[in-house]
Amino acid sequence: MNKRYALFLGCTIPARARSYEMSVRALASRLGIELVDLDDFTCCGFPMAAAHYWVSQALAARNLTIAEKRGLDICTLCSSCTSSLTEASHFLEERPHEKREINQRLAKVGMEYRGPVKVKHFVRILWEEIGVEGLRENVVRPLKGLRLAAHYGCHFLKPSEVYGGFDSVEDPKVIDELIRVAGADPVDYSLKKQCCGGSVLVADERTALAIAADKLSELKALDVDAVVVVCPFCGVMFDSQQKKMEKTFEQTYEIPVLYLTQVLGLAMGMGEKELGFSMHAVKVKALLERLGEGGEAKG
Amino acid sequence: MTADGDMEMEEGAMSREEEKIVEEETLDPLFAQEVAREPGGEGIRACFACGTCTAGCPVRRFNEKFNPRRVIRMVLLGMRDEVLRDPFVWMCATCFTCQERCPQGVRISDLMRALKNMALRRGNLPEGIVVQSKLLSEKGTLYPLDEFDNKKRQKAGLPPLEQGEKSLAPLMEELLEALGPKDGKD
Repeated sequence: MNKRYALFLGCTIPARARSYEMSVRALASRLGIELVDLDDFTCCGFPMAAAHYWVSQALAARNLTIAEKRGLDICTLCSSCTSSLTEASHFLEERPHEKREINQRLAKVGMEYRGPVKVKHFVRILWEEIGVEGLRENVVRPLKGLRLAAHYGCHFLKPSEVYGGFDSVEDPKVIDELIRVAGADPVDYSLKKQCCGGSVLVADERTALAIAADKLSELKALDVDAVVVVCPFCGVMFDSQQKKMEKTFEQTYEIPVLYLTQVLGLAMGMGEKELGFSMHAVKVKALLERLGEGGEAKG
Repeated sequence: MTADGDMEMEEGAMSREEEKIVEEETLDPLFAQEVAREPGGEGIRACFACGTCTAGCPVRRFNEKFNPRRVIRMVLLGMRDEVLRDPFVWMCATCFTCQERCPQGVRISDLMRALKNMALRRGNLPEGIVVQSKLLSEKGTLYPLDEFDNKKRQKAGLPPLEQGEKSLAPLMEELLEALGPKDGKD
């Protein structure tokens, strides 16, 4: 199988989740997945769905069309971009009247979408195209003894009708299994499936923070080493907003937030610099020192 | 008449119990049909009010103002003004928990999106949406990168990103129009 995809970064990653992007590029290069940067991509359309359905669909379809012109399928890193582009790709096939409607709009910018263009989250590509065995072969430093909590978030798996049977929504396992591949212990917990709260920020900050803090409270009680995410929205929510949650609810969490690609990168022997840990708001240092990684871990 | 449709009532004249009574004459029997015509609102009539949506809603856990079963009942009853004028529709996290579980196959997240779209057309929207729409129409991204960002990317070993003109305005005309100055009509 030719593992070649157009890399769709979306809005948040290049500006606010560079460590995620670094770890993805490092893993892709190690595993022989070619990610092609296309300059013309714009916002996936997701943030505009609440404002105007057809506008959001047109923005999504515009991006699909750009990949189609280059003859590439799309690799996404953000779960919200994944759902926005996958929904567009799915429904434009399923509902011909929507495709006509969208193509009338795309004509204004001289484009036409034929389809289908496939859209896959990078972690799904790892799971389906590299596979557990292929990944395990590359592990040189199992992360023994690390207790990691998988956060699936919402749009990595939902709406399930457009994801063609990728993992179970009510009993997901992909992230837990990949944590195991890295040699760490996935920690089960009751709020595993709960949303990060990020999409509520625009309407009601306190409620959004309460949803995220709820999960962090449980993880604090379980004494996990880190929470593991696959979406920059969730990453920013748990990492960059954690201080604000601590202040708002008068709690201390101090739970590091790792991207799954960083966890796998560590297990494959990649270093702190390559994986961008210094950019995280909640310090990852203590965790790295335990693994013998990082400047002060001398003995 | 605008936001306070029942101005002839004396302020403070209602008890809490009376406030909860839905007056039949204030209902709009065509509202549910209107919602069902909106993309995402189609299946609303299938709801039999079991409450599975509300039971699993993460927003409802922390803020009682948002309750998906109640929102759906309000639409089916025809409480047009209450649904479209109140900010609560904007609190839906679009997490799809309810939509995945609804035994009647109601696309509840899509329905909430439809209600947000309708509320926006009446001028009910969070300020953040206006800011985001403007950014996207002009720059094509919510976080335009400047030279400083690209320097940081370079330091991290990441390729620079093209900062060309990526206006999305031609694809966003109807939205930008709806966000423009209101001339008093719905």
